[in-house]
Amino acid sequence: MKNRTWISGLASIITLSTLLLVAPVTLSANDNSLPPQSVYNLQVAVEDQLGEITGLDRYKGQPVLVTMFYTSCPHVCPMLISTIKLTESKLSVEERARLRVLTISIDPERDTPENLHQVFQRHSVDSGRWSMVRPKPGDVRKIAGVLGIKYKQLPDGEFSHTTRIILLDRDGIQVASTDQLGRPDAVFLEAIRTSLQ
Amino acid sequence: MRNLIYAIAFVAVLAWSAQLAQASEFVHISGGEFRSVIPEAEGDNLIAVDDFLVQDTPVTNAEFLRFVLHRPEWQRGSAVSLFVDDQYLATWAGPISLAPESGPQQPVTQVSWFAANAYCESKNARLPSWYEWEYLAAANGDMADARHLAEWRQDILSWYSQTGGDQIADVRSEPANYYQVFDTHKLVWEWVDDFNAFLVSGDNREQGGADQLQFCGAGAISMEEKENYAILMRVAMLSSLEARYTTRNLGFRCARQGGVRQ
Repeated sequence: MKNRTWISGLASIITLSTLLLVAPVTLSANDNSLPPQSVYNLQVAVEDQLGEITGLDRYKGQPVLVTMFYTSCPHVCPMLISTIKLTESKLSVEERARLRVLTISIDPERDTPENLHQVFQRHSVDSGRWSMVRPKPGDVRKIAGVLGIKYKQLPDGEFSHTTRIILLDRDGIQVASTDQLGRPDAVFLEAIRTSLQ
Repeated sequence: MRNLIYAIAFVAVLAWSAQLAQASEFVHISGGEFRSVIPEAEGDNLIAVDDFLVQDTPVTNAEFLRFVLHRPEWQRGSAVSLFVDDQYLATWAGPISLAPESGPQQPVTQVSWFAANAYCESKNARLPSWYEWEYLAAANGDMADARHLAEWRQDILSWYSQTGGDQIADVRSEPANYYQVFDTHKLVWEWVDDFNAFLVSGDNREQGGADQLQFCGAGAISMEEKENYAILMRVAMLSSLEARYTTRNLGFRCARQGGVRQ
């Protein structure tokens, strides 16, 4: 009996020491200044249409519209971008100046900064307030996870995905979202106005 | 003195291997083609799965406890609410202590997709994809794909009709399947990496039918292998989850790419 205690004691020591050899890797740091439900708690790097690398929180401090898309998308994604532009156009000039837009690629392998830049120019969006970014491939599901967006890659290389536009407040907390494409969603627009006050 | 050191080392190795025998192991799974309940595109449900490695049991409470001891940011009470709901590890006695209803050899449950994902990443692994999980779960004790056996389908289905109040059994309580993998059925539900790839339109979700799941913008797809209710229930359940949700019966296991054929 005494032996067994010995063995299990040793075993615990060995288990413990083996564990201590494994260096902890920080995947999600807890920035204490962030509210716990803020999307910005997800610390991932994204590269924009100019090749600049930042976190998801590049627009922290401003309300921001976020969506996920991919540049080779034939129909839905251009509509997603025009819907955001249409929604923006309902705001006053002053309101619009305070709003930011972040579109995140679900196809980072193909959506190079060059491709993102082309789409950026094609839609002639305001470069001071908009950016199009790609995450690292392993981070796409995490971003989709915090935003509540579903997507699936199809055998032909296309993606099917939910076309959701999400409003984050200054701290990165989701305050509203819409799935309505093609025309501005009145309730969503009101939420944007409120967050801009 | 030297002899004593050797003796201690010997005993230590013995004890260490005894510990290993309890822990889950990654086993090699030879890939292949199979018919999934979820067509990859409309009408095409023949899926090719590459070779992969997978843990032979779901991750246990003991294993998850070791993880949170090293990663305090994933302890109950510390994990931020973006990544876990308020029932995260709720069955444990405390942030770093188990409880009678969550014993060391029971599968860990009440874990979110983010927490499961972080655990697997810490093991240089990832969550299995849906197709990998479904491929594994097609096996009974004797064959890689036993789904045509009505009796076996009925057997695994019986678990789903049990009430949720029962204590969850230890891992490895039932025999291993064809791949030497335990507990794909009748123990817990399991997270998969692409749980949020099942697209359900808002309207269809309100009507709540598993046959109304959608993938592409092309519209509702007809799910194949309709007699396989147990698997369809998994799909329906996974598609209803958010990445931060936890439930009493939802655990996970990790997988790795490729691997050397044994």
